[in-house]
Amino acid sequence: MGNEEGGAKEYWRWGEYQRVMPSRDLNSAEIITAGVDVGSVGSKAVIMIDGKVYSWSVMRTGSNSSDSAKKALGWAMENTDLTLKDFDYIVGTGYGRVNVPMANKAITEIACHAKGANYIWGPTVRTVLDVGGQDVKAIRCDETGKVVSFLMNDKCAAGTGRGMEVIADLLKIPIEDVGEVSLSVTEEPEPVSSTCVVFAKTEAVGLLRKGWPKEKVLAAYMRAMSLRMSELVEKVGCEKDFVITGGQSKNIGIVQRVENILGMKSLPVPNVEETGRDPVAAGAIGAALYAKALYEKAIKR
Amino acid sequence: MTISAGIDMGTQRVKVVIMKDHQILCRTQNFSGFEPTKAAEQAFEEALLKANLSRQDVQHVTATGSGVEMAPFADSTVSMMGADAQAGAYFFSSARTVIDVGAEEARAVNCNEKGVLVDFVVNARCAAGAGTFIEAMARALEVELEDMGSLSLKAERASPINASCVIFAESDVVSLIHREEPKTEIARAIFDAMAERVSSMVYRLGINPGIVLVGGVAKDVGFVASLKRRLGMELLIPEEPMFAGAVGAALIAAERARRRQQ
Repeated sequence: MGNEEGGAKEYWRWGEYQRVMPSRDLNSAEIITAGVDVGSVGSKAVIMIDGKVYSWSVMRTGSNSSDSAKKALGWAMENTDLTLKDFDYIVGTGYGRVNVPMANKAITEIACHAKGANYIWGPTVRTVLDVGGQDVKAIRCDETGKVVSFLMNDKCAAGTGRGMEVIADLLKIPIEDVGEVSLSVTEEPEPVSSTCVVFAKTEAVGLLRKGWPKEKVLAAYMRAMSLRMSELVEKVGCEKDFVITGGQSKNIGIVQRVENILGMKSLPVPNVEETGRDPVAAGAIGAALYAKALYEKAIKR
Repeated sequence: MTISAGIDMGTQRVKVVIMKDHQILCRTQNFSGFEPTKAAEQAFEEALLKANLSRQDVQHVTATGSGVEMAPFADSTVSMMGADAQAGAYFFSSARTVIDVGAEEARAVNCNEKGVLVDFVVNARCAAGAGTFIEAMARALEVELEDMGSLSLKAERASPINASCVIFAESDVVSLIHREEPKTEIARAIFDAMAERVSSMVYRLGINPGIVLVGGVAKDVGFVASLKRRLGMELLIPEEPMFAGAVGAALIAAERARRRQQ
């Protein structure tokens, strides 16, 4: 802790990023669409050329949903020659979807996540676990990415990204490292017994006081989180192929534990940099695909 | 003559009550801290001193509370629900439902006129229905815990807030403050949300007149006002509601002492 420079370090703060796919040619584009997913914690914008990811951004949601939507799309447009006028259709989704000012239409994030997962991994995807900042969704879909059924927990922080941030802050482990650190235990400990994040945090403090090393406390907490997520997947019914989207898809400690509990592997994440198939942006990808479909429907009329 | 004591080992505080023939002689309390047994011993010694009694004068000690296994001197134990039912009927003969809202847990129990437990619902798994919630929100609002209640009473409406979860409510409160929503209305929203959770337990038991409110949170005027509004009913609140569990335990202790004498 001695090397911290002024103020408390924010361990929960994850890295924002923006990518442009240089391999796609903007000049030959016929339909340009965008999907903007304003989540409770992260805002994602995806720009598509003829139904293929061209550029995207992932950033923190600010206190104002419409500003966050504008910023995310603005950032996705950076280093491209695009202006807002170039978009044929824009779909807003996520928790703040009604506050996406430039959107032609708002679609629920459930539909967008299923559609996005279908784009990222292909038509074999049947079950999607989306772990967002303030909610967890288990979605069943068909081979076209259409939602068949779903279950959602948005009432309780247990098993959400926010719950992960709380413990990262408590243990002073950067959020991007928690997965690796939690897997460094030699033996998986019993999960913390409290479901509630507030009580689990108190329990974690007690374990630290008992002399447990940080990584063991983290593993116990993440085991409990994973159990909570898996419960939702089991309730909706887990059918192959299974995938994980949202911010926690990057958390190897959660992914491995959920796979373990469910007794089912999730499909591996494609090379994001080369393909633009980013599971964190699955909702925005789905939204941009819906935008294309809606635009095509509109011009046919 | 029967002298008995009740010890309530709460998550935040230990409470001790000494009774003589159904009259409360004294009440003492202490923070549970990291050594609840020691905290309870201290509170008990203090109670004996106040009542001018020695350890041998107390015929039976009954312990209750979430940390019941750590209680010192206990001759017997009673469930928190059983203690609440006893205390409710002791304070008010018309009591049929006792709501106990503590630091980390809330309960609603139904009792008969003799204070016998009939049915109960407990929430011990979610912090949003217990005192911890108000504490966390007072911190987020940067107001003293004691001032939350009076602050909320000044509001005519409640801020829109997703208060089903303490963690989510914390970030909601921060953004409401940024938007310069009045703290009075945020405070009211917090109490309303808590009252909503607590009343849902009461609805599950079936609502009857004669509702007693006890536990540390019963002293919070903001919560009391919200719960009254939500239930559409007056609430019976005893003096020193935080000691209800200990009173219930002391009553049971007295009963057990009498039975042993016979």
